[in-house]
Amino acid sequence: MLDQSAFDLRRYLTGNAQTTGVFVALIALILFGLLRYENFGSAYNIASFLNYNAMFILISIGMCFVIMTGGIDLSVGSVAAFTSVVAAYLSPYGIEVALPGGILAGAAIGLLNGFFVVAMRIPPFIATLATMLGAKGGALIISGAQTVSIDWTSNFTKLGMEKAFGIFPWAIVIVALVAVILWVVLEHTSLGRTVLAIGGSEDASKLMGLNVNRAKFFVYVLSGGCAGLAGVFLASGFGAGQPLEGIGWELSAIASVVVGGTLLTGGLGSVPATIAGALLLGLVFNILNFENGRGTISLSAYWQMVIRGAFLFIVILLQSRMSGPVASPKEN
Amino acid sequence: MSATEASPAEKGVLQIESLMGFAKRNGGLIALIAIILFNIAFTPNFLHPQTFFVNISQVATIAVVAVGMTLVIATGGIDLSVGAVMALAGALAPLIFTSSFAEAYPMLGLAAAFVVPVLVALLCGLFNGSLVSFLNVQPIIATLILFISGRGIAQVLTNGNLQTFSHKGFSYLGTGKILGLPFQGWLVIAIACVIWWLVHRSLFGRYLLAIGGNETAARLAGAPVRRVKIGAYVLCAGLAGIAGLIVVAINSASDAARIGNLMELDAIAAAVVGGALLQGGRAPIFGAILGAVIIQLVKYTLLANGVADEVALVAKAGIIIAAVYLQQGRKE
Amino acid sequence: MTPLVSMRGISKSFAGVAALKGAGLEIEPGEVHAIIGQNGAGKSTLVKILTGVYRRDAGTVMFDGKDLAAGSPREAQDAGIATIYQELNLVPLRSVTENVVMGYEPRRFGGLIDWPKAHARTREILQRFGVDIDVRQPLGSYSTAIQQLVAIARAVSLDARLVIMDEPTSSLDDREVATLFEVVRALKREGVAVLYISHFLDELFAICDRATVMRDGQTVAVRNIADSTKLGLIADMLGRNADEIASAGMTGLGGESRAPGEALLVANSIGSGRALRDVSLEIRRGEIVGLGGLLGSGRTETARAIFGLDKLDKGEIRFARSAKAPASAADAIKGGIGFLTEDRKAEGIVPDMSVRENLTLALLPRLRKGGGIDRKREREIVARYIKALGIKTASMEQPIKELSGGNQQKVLLARWLANEPELLILDEPTRGVDVGAKLEIQTIIRDYVAEGGAVLLISSEFEELVEGADRITVLQDGRSVAELTNPGITEDALVAAMAHHEERGPA
Repeated sequence: MLDQSAFDLRRYLTGNAQTTGVFVALIALILFGLLRYENFGSAYNIASFLNYNAMFILISIGMCFVIMTGGIDLSVGSVAAFTSVVAAYLSPYGIEVALPGGILAGAAIGLLNGFFVVAMRIPPFIATLATMLGAKGGALIISGAQTVSIDWTSNFTKLGMEKAFGIFPWAIVIVALVAVILWVVLEHTSLGRTVLAIGGSEDASKLMGLNVNRAKFFVYVLSGGCAGLAGVFLASGFGAGQPLEGIGWELSAIASVVVGGTLLTGGLGSVPATIAGALLLGLVFNILNFENGRGTISLSAYWQMVIRGAFLFIVILLQSRMSGPVASPKEN
Repeated sequence: MSATEASPAEKGVLQIESLMGFAKRNGGLIALIAIILFNIAFTPNFLHPQTFFVNISQVATIAVVAVGMTLVIATGGIDLSVGAVMALAGALAPLIFTSSFAEAYPMLGLAAAFVVPVLVALLCGLFNGSLVSFLNVQPIIATLILFISGRGIAQVLTNGNLQTFSHKGFSYLGTGKILGLPFQGWLVIAIACVIWWLVHRSLFGRYLLAIGGNETAARLAGAPVRRVKIGAYVLCAGLAGIAGLIVVAINSASDAARIGNLMELDAIAAAVVGGALLQGGRAPIFGAILGAVIIQLVKYTLLANGVADEVALVAKAGIIIAAVYLQQGRKE
Repeated sequence: MTPLVSMRGISKSFAGVAALKGAGLEIEPGEVHAIIGQNGAGKSTLVKILTGVYRRDAGTVMFDGKDLAAGSPREAQDAGIATIYQELNLVPLRSVTENVVMGYEPRRFGGLIDWPKAHARTREILQRFGVDIDVRQPLGSYSTAIQQLVAIARAVSLDARLVIMDEPTSSLDDREVATLFEVVRALKREGVAVLYISHFLDELFAICDRATVMRDGQTVAVRNIADSTKLGLIADMLGRNADEIASAGMTGLGGESRAPGEALLVANSIGSGRALRDVSLEIRRGEIVGLGGLLGSGRTETARAIFGLDKLDKGEIRFARSAKAPASAADAIKGGIGFLTEDRKAEGIVPDMSVRENLTLALLPRLRKGGGIDRKREREIVARYIKALGIKTASMEQPIKELSGGNQQKVLLARWLANEPELLILDEPTRGVDVGAKLEIQTIIRDYVAEGGAVLLISSEFEELVEGADRITVLQDGRSVAELTNPGITEDALVAAMAHHEERGPA
């Protein structure tokens, strides 16, 4: 009992040190880039970098909420692929329909995840693994396994081409808005606090009279909705629904969340740090691209996967190093 | 706290439960018979020997991986990296037997093409197992690292190229026949028998089931918990390596992007359908093979009756959810 | 004055076994009330009925003059009953404030949590307890004592009329206990009643007004603490006469003596964590050494340290020829020690495995033959022990979970006997088994010792200790405080040794 609390303290401090660490690392990497590459700070590089990473930031935030409850959502990549196709099909009706349509399609799959996990009590990774398959199949079925071009005459194209206030791509503005809202939800509503409490101790949360099931449903629907929105951006960014995209996205998202200091066992997490984690991960690849461009190194695209895995490995190593052995899930 | 005695009423319940358990345990067999009958009635040429051989070679890879997965699941863990490990082993083999070394020493080269990839796979298992048992990382996260990077490494090794080859010695693994049956069919039977012996006749197996059934009790009874857990991951990865070699040998081609893609799902599904409990403590080896046959036959049935591959994905997702859900009910 | 809580004629059975037989409990408003009794007396069942965790089979529960249905913990909470559980039900990773206001947060701006107000309220309550801490810090960064106070603060912030404290001091040091007592007194001043459950009798005398004594599922006495003595309360708990206990040691009856063998295990001032502070004991071949003590006195911890499960902070263990304490269970088993654990379900049986597999689990290294298990020998051994111990099972292949508790226990006993250990540690070997099986198990233990084995016996049943052990080492608060030798030990003498030693805790 006593050891338990002492060890939780260590875990907490680890989380905090890591949260600070991710911002420090992010700033250091930005400075490094600015000093080393002349185009690094160009409006073009910044815009395209943010535009591309907007999708990953979204799914990372959604994933963050799920992981904070101690769960996991492996379906995000497939869901984004699925909703990119949905959004492409809806694009003739304009952005007013395609945008919410994509989000709703994602949220619906999230609802299914929530149902499996909460009502049927299927372990989260099995449930979301199944919906990962299902969404992938669904994307291929409705698209006929082809990319689905968006309607170039509708105002849906604005999402990918036009800039808000002439400066920021719309995707970035929307993501910023979503991030702020979810940050408020997490920090300032009882729903957000419940999410964190569940991950900290589900039993204690129940005994405190918190509505555990509702919060769990919420995180899966949220994660689905975020992935849905990411899919809409995918369609608008590439001008087509991409049924084959999204492979490995769940890993990127998990890595970002973990880099941002969220404990994989739940109970601790922050929206800004998760965003910083996603940006940090994206920046590593941005810098590798620059290095490739300079000819210092020559890494094929395949290295991305390897580096992503290595990154996750290092973070896990650091987390367990600093926090000591984490109680195995079986014991609970 | 203290265990309660089983009252007569509870014993009655137990009997009813064991009756239902009997029906459920044989649910796999019943499903298999149903599928076969359906196919005999509706699928053209189902009873043709060619159909039989095609299915055997497909079942073989799933079955080999599912047997390994069953061992990991028996410890209460999971291995998501099996598909990636297959890709790694499958990419390595042609690299070795088409190398200049193998041209100089054909026999040595061929032997190395079998041995080295499997050794590399075993190392992957050691990596997974060490993360799980020494750092206490949740199995799903630990194996997620290789789930993505493993395939990345395979693609880096082959530069993402499709390697085609014609090599009689190596292809025997995929196309050879003994007594009219495909070689890999015999291989599966041999592997299943060896692993069955391990589980039911060796110390390792007894400890494996005890650890999955009650880890604390097993440790207090002197079971080498860490070694046994690592052993399960190592065996699982090694079997995945062999499966990777089989796939490459069947196709006479190796594409790191495709070998073993989504195999983790097939394997988990086969293991669960075969009666493995996700909580651990049970390792039905021949059940896993039965599960693999069912998964393959479902796929084949859908395919042969003109249902698209994509729909098969959704069907598979449904099978996994249904199988795990039924199990959850069984446990309580 | 109407009592705040009035429970009458409460009965409750589990699977046909009566846990409570017409028990009652009455608590006045603003009173600190203790509930005491031996293990299995029904204390926790009674409390759980009050808090809505269990449903009563019969009887009435009145709270604050109203009938309390209490079908769920939430309902009891809403009625004004707050429970501070032994395992704190808080979330250590979250802040102190969150743990206090969770689920009942003050709001502003149409739904958002009013953090300034929440912090202020939390700070204010804690300050009333004389605790001034940064409420924004995670709860886990504070000591257990503070965490406990936070749990109480949560209860107070929810306007509880009754706070139930279950073993609140079990992991606190003396200074923290003093702070807790201050808080209990503060609650009392505010008119909040406290139901105090503790095994430490001294604490009762420090803060409680009255005590309800339970035995065998019944309420046997309600005492004013001011008019009671410790010995009197113990006598109530055990159902004996206080004078008999007081004059203990005068009688010369007791267990038989055996010729002591050479020293097998010597533990010298061992300590591990807070529960095991300073225990010394010696076990010789061919003798049963009992560990006496109240719950929480460090008996199980002593056993765990000897078996190599907990690392020693201090002291040394010499076993047989080895000068080192075993490093792990496997090490201990190899050295010739067996450990029958207290919690059969969590630490003993592998429920889905057969009787055979459970019985030979610790024996496997010795059954190795070729690469596999020598199944013929395995079956022979299992058959032998099933017969010798009279284990009632359909066959050796029956899953152990289908056996009765007594037979499960015999299988576990056989698991260790089959290893032919030099030392057998038995932690509550007869708990939760019926009378018949109990006698059989005791016979098995005696036979084992007669053949030269040594036993370290932990039991909450004094009779078992007094009649079974050659010597009893008495523990208190993780320290060995006395040693009694048979012949000559009486239950009263044992109780006296457990209770009479130097007074503990702040008064």
